[in-house]
Amino acid sequence: MNNLDLAKTANEVRKGIVTSVHSAKAGHPGGSLSCADLMTFLYFEEMNIDPKNPKKEDRDRFVLSKGHCAPALYSTLAHRGYFPVEELTTLRKLGSHLQGHPCMQHTPGVDMSSGSLGQGISVAAGMALSAKLSNDSYRVYTLLGDGEIAEGQVWEAAMFAGHKKLDNFVVIVDNNGLQIDGKIEDVCNPYPIDKKFEAFNFHVINIDAHDFDQIRAAFEEAKKTKGMPTAIIMKSVKGKGVSFMENQAGWHGKAPNDEQYEQAMKDLEKVGEALCQK
Amino acid sequence: MSEVEKIATRASYGNALVELGNEHDDLVVLTADLAAATMTGIFAKAHPDKHINCGIAEANMTCIAAGLAATGKVPFASSFAMFSAGRAFEQVRNSIGYPHLNVKIGATHAGVSVGEDGASHQCNEDIALMRTIPGMVIINPADDVEARAAVRAAYEYVGPVYMRFGRAAVPVFNDEKTYKFEMGKGIVLREGKDVSIIATGLTVPASMEAAEMLAKDGIDAEVINIHTIKPLDEELILKSAKKTGRVVTAEEHSVIGGLGSAVCDVLSEKMPTPVFKIGMHDVFGESGAAAQLLHKYKLDAEGIYEQVKQFVK
Repeated sequence: MNNLDLAKTANEVRKGIVTSVHSAKAGHPGGSLSCADLMTFLYFEEMNIDPKNPKKEDRDRFVLSKGHCAPALYSTLAHRGYFPVEELTTLRKLGSHLQGHPCMQHTPGVDMSSGSLGQGISVAAGMALSAKLSNDSYRVYTLLGDGEIAEGQVWEAAMFAGHKKLDNFVVIVDNNGLQIDGKIEDVCNPYPIDKKFEAFNFHVINIDAHDFDQIRAAFEEAKKTKGMPTAIIMKSVKGKGVSFMENQAGWHGKAPNDEQYEQAMKDLEKVGEALCQK
Repeated sequence: MSEVEKIATRASYGNALVELGNEHDDLVVLTADLAAATMTGIFAKAHPDKHINCGIAEANMTCIAAGLAATGKVPFASSFAMFSAGRAFEQVRNSIGYPHLNVKIGATHAGVSVGEDGASHQCNEDIALMRTIPGMVIINPADDVEARAAVRAAYEYVGPVYMRFGRAAVPVFNDEKTYKFEMGKGIVLREGKDVSIIATGLTVPASMEAAEMLAKDGIDAEVINIHTIKPLDEELILKSAKKTGRVVTAEEHSVIGGLGSAVCDVLSEKMPTPVFKIGMHDVFGESGAAAQLLHKYKLDAEGIYEQVKQFVK
């Protein structure tokens, strides 16, 4: 898929995020919108997957360590064809397969249940180790929030992945700079993130989370990196694409009301129209 | 009378893993810098490529095991009960229990019989913690024969299993030739009509000894070995309670949330019966030799005998 098509798809994914969170009247739009480009790239370009056979054995695996951004994962999976896009409006509702945080037993395409921060990266490292143990060729990807990396377990996992030289393993940090209680450097400063992963024996790549050229190049570089895992630190805009949500910590875990929903969808329509002019 | 052989169930765990490793390619053993103490070191020697040392990081190890299980391996994650069930509780709950992954948790050094290391390492709370996780199987074997059979059964079962092993050598009372392990089924070791002693782990042989002492006083005790605490053999417990009308539970664990509580849950709802719980009564342990501690906290044959006698008086 070329960059323009990726951008158009990501914009549709963003509409799905906003629509599902609005319908649920709860959820996490900010961090879901910031990773929408990455999620689109992973599922439409990077990963070896088959929506018609979600459990095929040699598929690449993805673990959403920042599980609260489930709306991004669900919208991506729906647009990729794992289940109907219409089901996104059942998010968080009783009886829906779209639980508030990812649940592998309910949703086709979800490789691991997550939501308790810091655990997904360990599980993903376990999957990558598993591939190494049985000489399988699949790769494993996991996405973390920049607030999440305050969890000590993240660094237990990083130490393990570096030690085991898991070069089939890619950790992505969504560095949107904001967490529930404010700026990450004010709450409990995790910077420098890249130097930390370097110290844990990762190959580290810094990119702009909303530039598909840079995203593509980073994953190419990760594939060529042997003998160590890769960490991609992507500088992103929380709430990306929705004018009033951008760079606002307040939109971490809040749903738009009807009026705000109309505005958000207008913003995204505008983005979509601009992309069609290209 | 010849001396009874004694083997620690943690050794049984290590030995059973070596055998299973010979038979199955998908079995993987993890430890967190406790290969020697958890006896998985013998597995590491036999199958170095299938032994993963995670360093002193039990939370990570627990989730690494989840990742291995999610991709088709059968991981046995091994540490001390204090860390497997205690430190990593939330990892077990969310990354193993909730997705119902096929992880086996081998928790050694449970209970006060850890001995000299003292209260920080004597986990009397693990059964209580694990019981609250939906779908978790909990096995607390009483001797070497039962422990090795239990490890094999845990491998064959698909789903999360918590196995509890001890540090101290305990008498081998089951006969390898005739013993059969059935997950979720209790074993009546001695039939009696006056009181039911429902025991688990190292209190099982102690309860048998106590029953002999009680017999001399004219008290006919039934002794039941509950190796699987969850799912609990409710049918057997109700049958025995109906017969004797009085129940004593015995475990090397807190009386809050362990076997005693599980038995009370069943009896109070289905057949209210007087119960006395033998165990750690809301206290921490301390340093000392295992035998001294079991004596002090009345978990040895003499302590069980005294408490049962007092209860049925």
